[in-house]
Amino acid sequence: MSPSGAEVIRQIRSSVEEVDPSEVKSGNGAVLLDVRETEEWDAGHIPGAKHIPRGYLESRVEGVVGSDRSQRVIVYCASGQRSALAAHTLKELLGYENVASMNGGITLWKDRGYEVEVPRTLSKEQRERYSRHLLVPEIGLEGQTKLLNAKVLLLGAGGLGSPTALYLAAAGVGTLGVVDDDDVDLSNLQRQVIHTTDRIGTPKVDSAEIAIKGINPDVDVVKYKTRLDASNIMEIIDGYDVIVDGVDNFPTRYLLNDATVRLGIPVVSASILGFDGQLSVFKPHDGPCYRCLYPVPPPAELAPSCGANGVLGVLPGTMGLLQATEVVKLITGAGEPLIGRLLLYEALGATFTELKVRRDPECPICSVDPSEISDEQTGVFPDYEAFCAAAG
Amino acid sequence: MATIKIPPVLRPSVGGEKEVQADGADVGAVLRALAEQHPATQSQLFGADGSLNRYVNVYLNDEDVRVLDGLDTTVGESDTLVILPAMAGGAA
Repeated sequence: MSPSGAEVIRQIRSSVEEVDPSEVKSGNGAVLLDVRETEEWDAGHIPGAKHIPRGYLESRVEGVVGSDRSQRVIVYCASGQRSALAAHTLKELLGYENVASMNGGITLWKDRGYEVEVPRTLSKEQRERYSRHLLVPEIGLEGQTKLLNAKVLLLGAGGLGSPTALYLAAAGVGTLGVVDDDDVDLSNLQRQVIHTTDRIGTPKVDSAEIAIKGINPDVDVVKYKTRLDASNIMEIIDGYDVIVDGVDNFPTRYLLNDATVRLGIPVVSASILGFDGQLSVFKPHDGPCYRCLYPVPPPAELAPSCGANGVLGVLPGTMGLLQATEVVKLITGAGEPLIGRLLLYEALGATFTELKVRRDPECPICSVDPSEISDEQTGVFPDYEAFCAAAG
Repeated sequence: MATIKIPPVLRPSVGGEKEVQADGADVGAVLRALAEQHPATQSQLFGADGSLNRYVNVYLNDEDVRVLDGLDTTVGESDTLVILPAMAGGAA
């Protein structure tokens, strides 16, 4: 006679290592895996845990836990029963050697008064809108929640800012700030895809807002119809999580660098000319800053603008979307951001070149501890126009 | 001969080429050979005192020569030098 379900569970529980919640609380490098259903996870889970509903265990475990079979994995559910079954599967079928089930599940965890995290839940419409993100283990609900809570500032709604804004809006970045003092011009439309022919003459910030809201009404658009300068930069950039730099001149790039290093805000920076693009991520004190890469700006004859020299219309699309990708990575913590590396793209030859960028121990900006900068100094900048002009 | 990757702003000075070859045992020698072949690059790369302009970054393969031995960094036959001035194009 076949054994009863209860008997099978008893047998499996006796063969699986069980650990007490107190042991789980102390951590010890184990991956904590919640195998309950999504509604149960949403109602509250152990902070730092990963989630795979038991029915998806085999198909998703490598993406979530990793393929290292010696990785310590502790599984939990509501009471310790489903987790024991899942632990058994991980061990016997999938070959994870170091698996345990948490005794008593999250019920006992809560009884002990240990911390429970209640995630922001998505509406039905949001679940559908972001479903392709939710399916990617590196993003998932946790990453999508981070995106929805994130504030990203776009400097310029032009060539680079256009594709970046569109995709970040689609990705569900909660707040998009847009700084631009220009109006939409016919000559912009060859590459600035956020604007349209019927919006020629409209302020770019307004045109961008229409496009962003058209894609995703969830996004809060904050418009700054102004030019970033020393008098307004600290006020504008404060409170943003990431800044996307696509500005068209050196004085603003140096100003932005100095202000973001002082405030500790990462900058995803790109520039384009002709058929060439450059991209890097400057994360203050984790990697080099813009001045470590370029201590002084080039003279005017070696720094032509796109307005003067032209640019392939598709190129800001390529570079802007690489920027958007880096922004999503910085917010969600997925992957290895382009910190300390400079990526060069040459469109005619279709080549990418990666160069190392080192922190300059003598850097006048990022070698100084921001805590040593007084309030009086913060927001006080040298005359960048003169600095850049002097280099010429 | 080392390969030198030429940035867009310097291409007019080397007849429009994206890459040129030049001989030299170290970075300084290769760049001076480049300036000899293409005199228009001389003032863009070097100051009056013969030192490399501060706004020009030079990489040996993927490493900034400033963290190596600068212009004295040894260059092998199959090495690539990348000349890189800053670019600011973006929004406009």
